[in-house]
Amino acid sequence: MNAADGMSGAAIRVEGLRKSYGERTAVRGLDLAVASGRICGLIGPDGAGKTTTMRIICGLLRPDAGVARVLGRDSAREPRAVREHLGYMPQRFSLYPDLTVAENLRFFADLFGVPASERVRREAELMEFSRLGPFRKRRAGQLSGGMKQKLALSCTLIHTPEVLVLDEPTTGVDPVSRREFWRILRELAGRGLALLVSTPYMDEAGLCDEVVLMHEGRAIARGTPDEVAAAFPRRLLEVRGAGLPAALAILTASPRRGVKVHRYGDRLHVVHDDAAQTAEVARLLAGAGVELHPVAPGIEDAFVELMTAPAGGEATP
Amino acid sequence: MSGEAAVFARRLTRRFGDFTAVESLDLEVAGGEIFGFLGANGAGKTTAIRMLCGLLPPSGGEARVAGCRVGRDTGALKRRIGYMSQRFSLYEDLTVLENLEFFGGVYGLGRAELAARADELLPRLGLDAERGRLTGSLPLGYKQRLSLGCALAHRPRVLFLDEPTGGVDPVARRGFWDLIYEQAADGVTVFVTTHYMDEAEYCGRVSIMVQGRIVALDTPSGLKDRTGGADMQDVFLRLVDA
Repeated sequence: MNAADGMSGAAIRVEGLRKSYGERTAVRGLDLAVASGRICGLIGPDGAGKTTTMRIICGLLRPDAGVARVLGRDSAREPRAVREHLGYMPQRFSLYPDLTVAENLRFFADLFGVPASERVRREAELMEFSRLGPFRKRRAGQLSGGMKQKLALSCTLIHTPEVLVLDEPTTGVDPVSRREFWRILRELAGRGLALLVSTPYMDEAGLCDEVVLMHEGRAIARGTPDEVAAAFPRRLLEVRGAGLPAALAILTASPRRGVKVHRYGDRLHVVHDDAAQTAEVARLLAGAGVELHPVAPGIEDAFVELMTAPAGGEATP
Repeated sequence: MSGEAAVFARRLTRRFGDFTAVESLDLEVAGGEIFGFLGANGAGKTTAIRMLCGLLPPSGGEARVAGCRVGRDTGALKRRIGYMSQRFSLYEDLTVLENLEFFGGVYGLGRAELAARADELLPRLGLDAERGRLTGSLPLGYKQRLSLGCALAHRPRVLFLDEPTGGVDPVARRGFWDLIYEQAADGVTVFVTTHYMDEAEYCGRVSIMVQGRIVALDTPSGLKDRTGGADMQDVFLRLVDA
């Protein structure tokens, strides 16, 4: 794997990226860097600007301002050169349902001009590591959702790219297949690829080396998953037990400044600021038939807090 | 008590030729419960749901949903359940109110009834100010709440949700679940299927299906305690691997 982007080691580098579609601004000033061997998660809801960012990085869309570089090359100026070293898996990757697994791979090998001498070895390698070997004669249309995603990924990898851009690859895939898919992504990073992966699901953040939380075209936080979760500046108390409805009624009836209650199926999360408030919540709920435990905040807690915080600078731990 | 359950199944089975997709499913979900029905692809979840919605006759066993016998009272069953999927099918070129009226109308609600139901639902869904807006111009979170409204227009007793909050931001997601909790408090039973374990965290009880059978059924906290899983994703993988 040749070291990209000179000394900095960033295989993907995005600076000051902006893009509007008419009146609607999709990306408003985004910076991003992904080094070889790392998985960066672009995490945010639909409409946050994830797909636009990825399409600009892949040279499919020109930014209004800013620059995206892949292995040191400007994606807007040299899209072909960039695409030679980059694999892009869009949200709806087009496999040919009537072609078999092996035929789909061969088709993409043709498309990317993989030399005949390399093709057989490359196919065998991809079958092996995607564990699709036993299904090579099955039509793509008859694969499960998880296997389709693995085949799409294999097609994306056919030309041995050094940079992978995957747009919500696990949407609609069950947890077992998702684990398998992430295992493969981790293996690719281990071979030195730089991976940018988008997901609307906060629980996938923990699988990335670093994450960028995106909301309305901006990065609202970035860092390792632990750093981002730790940026949640407040305390969380989990409330569990048979008296949950009573506890919810008590907390709703006596709202306290700065104390927020989030309901989950069989428990509550009480967000608050300090030890005095912890004690007060405990006092209010004494005798309600519930247990209280402090819990560590997750990425989602941080995301909600940052989204609802007054507009300001990006949180960079 | 079992006669009172909103969703009840005993030894419910569905075979396709030699293949048993759902094997002797036992389930009892009370009125007003929020129940998560989880499983990997091919575990038999979809087949089970299709039976419970009256879309597929069982090969064996029995089930009752909202007081209707599955496979027998199919017409009445369909009027007593609501269904909302992540891939909601709203008409983008109709207004918010028109969508609600359309879906209510499909279920046979009359004009006056539709108007009254819209006046009741739209404020609760936080969509009152948007009633004249074209649906296509709404943000995703709003469309999702409208879809919920359309599924609720005919006052179903059991509401089936399929990955209801896919793709929305976590604030919108929490707001959506608050609406679901309100419905549950009114006695609506909510039956949720999802691949996303962070959605499962919002359910009161969850079941996990593996190869046609339910292998675990408890509260999310109970399952975490029992399996030692840190979150539902972890719990799910441990149970499926076991």
